[in-house]
Amino acid sequence: MITLTIEDRDGSRRPVEIPEDINLSLMDVLKASEHHILATCGGMALCATCHVQVVEGPESYFHPTDTELDLLDTLPDAGPDSRLACQLRIKEDMDGMVFRIRGEA
Amino acid sequence: METITTDICIIGAGPVGLFAVFEAGLLKMRCHLVDVLPQVGGQLSEIYPQKPIYDIPGFPTVNAQELVDNLMEQIAPFHPTFSLGERVEQLHQLDDDSFIIQTNEGTEVNCKAVVIAGGLGCFEPRKPAIDRLEEFEGKGVAYMIRNPEAYRNKRVVLSGGGDSALDWTIFLANIASEVTLVHRGDTFRGAPDSADKVFDLAASGHINLVLQSHITGINGNGHLQEINIIDHDKNKASIEADHLIPLYGLTPKLGPIADWGLNIDKSAIEVNTFDYSTNVPGIYAIGDINTYPGKLKLILCGFHEAALMVQSAFKHVYPEQKLSFKYTTVYGVTAF
Ligand SMILES: Cc1cc2nc3c(=O)[nH]c(=O)nc-3n(C[C@H](O)[C@H](O)[C@H](O)COP(=O)(O)OP(=O)(O)OC[C@H]3O[C@@H](n4cnc5c(N)ncnc54)[C@H](O)[C@@H]3O)c2cc1C
Ligand code: FES
Repeated sequence: MITLTIEDRDGSRRPVEIPEDINLSLMDVLKASEHHILATCGGMALCATCHVQVVEGPESYFHPTDTELDLLDTLPDAGPDSRLACQLRIKEDMDGMVFRIRGEA
Repeated sequence: METITTDICIIGAGPVGLFAVFEAGLLKMRCHLVDVLPQVGGQLSEIYPQKPIYDIPGFPTVNAQELVDNLMEQIAPFHPTFSLGERVEQLHQLDDDSFIIQTNEGTEVNCKAVVIAGGLGCFEPRKPAIDRLEEFEGKGVAYMIRNPEAYRNKRVVLSGGGDSALDWTIFLANIASEVTLVHRGDTFRGAPDSADKVFDLAASGHINLVLQSHITGINGNGHLQEINIIDHDKNKASIEADHLIPLYGLTPKLGPIADWGLNIDKSAIEVNTFDYSTNVPGIYAIGDINTYPGKLKLILCGFHEAALMVQSAFKHVYPEQKLSFKYTTVYGVTAF
């Protein structure tokens, strides 16, 4: 099991458990665990409504890819540790990571 | 004030609203469409104009903007009228059961049936979380540039890192007395050509470029006067300015439709799948904005809903006339 901690807009934290062999994005996981995230474009890296912030985790997860940066530049509240949840594939080394939901409700 | 009289007023000129014009036109009903966006096409034109779509019957593949253009061609014989760039705010029912729809620009539409094809809702500007920002809207703060001349010889601060922030910075450099662009990063991923121009303008002293920074606050006495910024090393500064233009694109919000007394479940309007009517007789909801058991948010499904909806809308608009359903192949498309 991979356990992530998701911090909501109000600061409340909730753990989410994901089986290891599942090929999902963080956006899929957030939706399935009933976290409120718009994800308007369904994960096509077109809408930037699945914005999350990496709070704790391995260094490599703190840096968005170029595709993500294209969209993060269109957000007023993106920071250096911002990511698009739909562009993050769930992997084993994510176990224990903490993400904060930033996207619009 | 302008009042438009029509049979059906369609709120939302996305693909589903546009196709509803065609279906209504076959039954000789006139339509007026209102959309808050300056162009037709809804999500297709706003979010993914260049994306190929593969699930429209008869089109193995069609580009999103091409589908919108084709829909416009298909409805042209029925001469629909449009109020674009206007957000529908109010809806009232008159004693004769007709409706009056009012937009934020003061346009009124008097119609016998209302079709809400509002999709994900109104596309509204993304606003940065800055204290007192809304207080200064119209008093120095604007989210889009309607008339560049308004900025002549003024001190303007733009913020954002996308193409529109770059384009307007370049444009206003020749108009405003002082232009500052504030961006959270130190590179721009907009068109490389525009990014180069912005860096050149900064190097030659024509504009101020404030990188790796964001706006923390704004001040003024009745009108915007000062903008506070902070950089990544937590150094604070302030810029004197007459205008602030945050350019962060658009995002959909359900908006005023939520307050019209319609049954709503999770930002979608509940409808009867018999005819896609809402709980208020004469008001229908089709496309992404409605919900019912088994709902799929697909263009195809919205088209189907439009076809069924107009059958019922016809009876509502012309209760005394008999509707006999005929295929378009029987009559062809008779324009009016
Ligand atoms: C990235 C992406 C890819 C997609 N790909 C496909 C695909 O391949 N195939 C498919 O079938 N579907 C696809 N979809 C879904 C499809 O785009 C929607 O189902 C479709 O756009 C719904 O059409 P609509 O006319 O109901 O709403 P929209 O396209 O959302 O249009 C609604 C319009 O109403 C306007 N509006 C709302 N409220 C108001 C108001 N109060 N006043 C004035 N105007 C208002 C809005 O500005 C908007 O223009 C995709 C969606 C996205 C985001
Ligand atoms: S869901 Fe649209 S960018 Fe991630």
